[in-house]
Amino acid sequence: MHAVVCIKQVPDTTEVRIDPKTGTLDRRGVPNIVNPEDLHALEAALEFRDRFGGRVTVLTMGPNFAASALRECLALGADEGVLLTDRRFAAADTFATTYALWSAIQKIEKERGPVDVVLTGRYALDGDTGQVGPGLARRLRVPLLSYVTAIEEVDFEAKRIVVQRHIEGAVVTLESRLPAVLTCSADLNQVRYASLPALLAAQQAQVTAWSVDDVGADPEQCGLKGSPTIVSKSFVPEPRTDTCRLFEGEPAEAAASLVDFLIAEHRIPGFEPVGAKEA
Amino acid sequence: MAIRFDAVIVGGGPAGLSAALVLAQAGVKVAVIERGDYAGAKNMFGGVIYHEPTDWVVPGFASEAPLERRIGHHEYWFLDERSALKIAYEDAAWREKPNAWSVMRAKFDAWFAGKVEKAGAQVITQTTVVDLLRDGRTIRGVVTSRPEGEVEAPLVLIAQGVNALLVEKAGLGRDWRADEVVLGVKEVIQLPKGAIEERFGLTEGEGTAVEMLGGEATAGLMGSAFLYTNSDTVSIGTAVLLSHLREQGENPNRLLERIKAHPSVAPLLKGGEMREYSAHLIPEGGYRAMPRLYGNGVLVAGDSAAMVNAVTMEGTDLAMVSGKLAGETMLEALEKGDFTERTLSRYRDRLEDSFVFRDLKQFSRVGTFFADNRQYFDFYPRLANGVARQLFTVDLRPKAEHVRGLLDQIRGRRSLWRIGMDLVRGWRALA
Ligand SMILES: Cc1cc2nc3c(=O)[nH]c(=O)nc-3n(C[C@H](O)[C@H](O)[C@H](O)COP(=O)(O)OP(=O)(O)OC[C@H]3O[C@@H](n4cnc5c(N)ncnc54)[C@H](O)[C@@H]3O)c2cc1C
Ligand SMILES: Cc1cc2nc3c(=O)[nH]c(=O)nc-3n(C[C@H](O)[C@H](O)[C@H](O)COP(=O)(O)OP(=O)(O)OC[C@H]3O[C@@H](n4cnc5c(N)ncnc54)[C@H](O)[C@@H]3O)c2cc1C
Repeated sequence: MHAVVCIKQVPDTTEVRIDPKTGTLDRRGVPNIVNPEDLHALEAALEFRDRFGGRVTVLTMGPNFAASALRECLALGADEGVLLTDRRFAAADTFATTYALWSAIQKIEKERGPVDVVLTGRYALDGDTGQVGPGLARRLRVPLLSYVTAIEEVDFEAKRIVVQRHIEGAVVTLESRLPAVLTCSADLNQVRYASLPALLAAQQAQVTAWSVDDVGADPEQCGLKGSPTIVSKSFVPEPRTDTCRLFEGEPAEAAASLVDFLIAEHRIPGFEPVGAKEA
Repeated sequence: MAIRFDAVIVGGGPAGLSAALVLAQAGVKVAVIERGDYAGAKNMFGGVIYHEPTDWVVPGFASEAPLERRIGHHEYWFLDERSALKIAYEDAAWREKPNAWSVMRAKFDAWFAGKVEKAGAQVITQTTVVDLLRDGRTIRGVVTSRPEGEVEAPLVLIAQGVNALLVEKAGLGRDWRADEVVLGVKEVIQLPKGAIEERFGLTEGEGTAVEMLGGEATAGLMGSAFLYTNSDTVSIGTAVLLSHLREQGENPNRLLERIKAHPSVAPLLKGGEMREYSAHLIPEGGYRAMPRLYGNGVLVAGDSAAMVNAVTMEGTDLAMVSGKLAGETMLEALEKGDFTERTLSRYRDRLEDSFVFRDLKQFSRVGTFFADNRQYFDFYPRLANGVARQLFTVDLRPKAEHVRGLLDQIRGRRSLWRIGMDLVRGWRALA
């Protein structure tokens, strides 16, 4: 079993503020963390390895200090951390990011052996597009299993996997052939806690750093040059003012008044007012 | 296989990091174990750090540490309901030779930890020390919250701050009593650009530190309120003796709301946006509340050892100096290969020679004295305002009537004899 897990280092957005004037993130003094869902993707890969043996390679594209995110994954048990870092990768949109990651996965396949499954987070805390996983599946020409919330069966010999995915209002069980790309949600599993020896070893560990040339990527398709998306403007929405009506009184009474109000105001078909006493 | 270090420091606050720096710079294999996501993540204080003690521990820190403002003014405000009597001290000499800096601990401690890491220490975060490894009466390492989490080391420094569970586990002391800890709550409030300079009469980069006393600040309980200016925020909070809060059923958040609404404070915060809210205990039991400072294989520094000067609001400097002295003693022990109390007792000697012990001894009676004499936190600040009010108010009444008004205010509340005694006793407690 060989799993590649794509992780992204993101600012801890619980601590980020948006500058209302420029509309950009104020990242000063904000700590960087591994995108939370990516840790669940890693956990899924580690559970595969626990059961079937094999190898877990963690891949990230980012600046030099993203190495610390890879070390966190090494502490949790990943076998190797690969850092795609090069000035020419910078300012990539999701299209160029996907191209770069795909190029690296090619090299990983060639040098570390065939890849059975690629796992990503569902979406990244900061960019929040949820496009990188799907983009990778397209480039790799393998099935995409997005929003995975449970893995029911997996057989790497028979190259088949059965997963549950959450879609709006329903849970879908899907069977797919492998290799495939899975985008993982936080419900999928509980991330393990690194042991102290593993943590210490990871702090000293080297990560593999690859440049544009190392992965044989076309510089024209990387970073800013390879990014068709242009951010024309970003802004903070104006706060909206609206009237607010509070239904007071005993809970049952207040609920009845609320229901009456909703039915009357919004003419919900098929419902008659319950006839609460008007306060 | 057990993990081994020459020394383990519990806690990545000022005390622990200062010790680690000494050890790492001497090439000792030292680990700092910190429970927060990073050093500083969970830490808060008023507050200001003091230049000279910090520089003694980290020479040249001022040119690289994340500092907010150089403190140019120190002020005491005595509050009455709608008035404030202010004593301010400013010193131009501090421009050339800084005295104190406002800092945010999340940034400062993180920077300090980075410095210690560069010097060669291993900083292990997101890891809590839950117990000590013992051999009879000798401490020989720590147990952390992680799987396979034991770390062996001939020397352990407990620098875990005020909640010093390990001090008890090491058999060196007991938990604090409620009259030995002060509960501080604080808000960090962001102000529009330029507002700090304008409202506080400051030049760029210069800051002020305000200590507020009086019934309006602490509802007459022992403690004070504080206000510090940071780069573009102010820190405002109250710090009140825990036992008084309990006896009075008083809520610190309510005190903070009240101080924010005081007419001398509210205009300073106008239009501000709250960025942070935090609470933390301060061990103010002083010299008498101190645990034993060392045992076989173990030492205690900083807040864990109650090294706080409650009168002057100093804690970080005592933590750093005690940490450094602990580090030097540990170095000596490693050189000798003797980790018993005999060598480690040199830590206490070093502290005795430093300002840390001198100050803590001098102020050893302050806490209990003021805790039992709440008039200093209510009656006197009001009286001082009364005097000033009579002195400055010009109306159609003769001055003699103003004086009589003042005497009426005192009469029936406290005799002149008692006031005289309070002055003498108050002075004695401090001097
Ligand atoms: C409109 C827009 C404009 C942008 N403009 C810029 C810009 O000008 N400059 C700039 O630097 N950035 C820019 N970005 C950010 C950048 O495009 C994205 O952060 C990046 O392409 C990943 O997309 P995402 O964050 O939406 O990830 P998602 O697609 O939401 O992430 C899903 C999963 O993909 C994986 N993944 C995502 N990114 C990486 C990565 N780098 N390495 C490994 N795995 C990864 C993770 O597993 C993650 O959980 C922009 C983003 C948007 C939405
Ligand atoms: C409201 C308030 C205002 C203050 N104002 C000032 C001021 O203006 N100036 C001043 O000099 N001092 C001030 N102080 C006091 C000062 O903050 C402390 O004295 C100082 O921080 C003590 O340093 P320390 O290293 O001993 O402890 P701490 O700074 O508390 O550091 C202890 C560290 O140990 C970690 N830790 C705790 N338990 C464990 C564990 N089991 N395992 C691993 N890690 C652990 C904590 O996360 C923390 O990082 C103030 C304090 C408060 C609460």
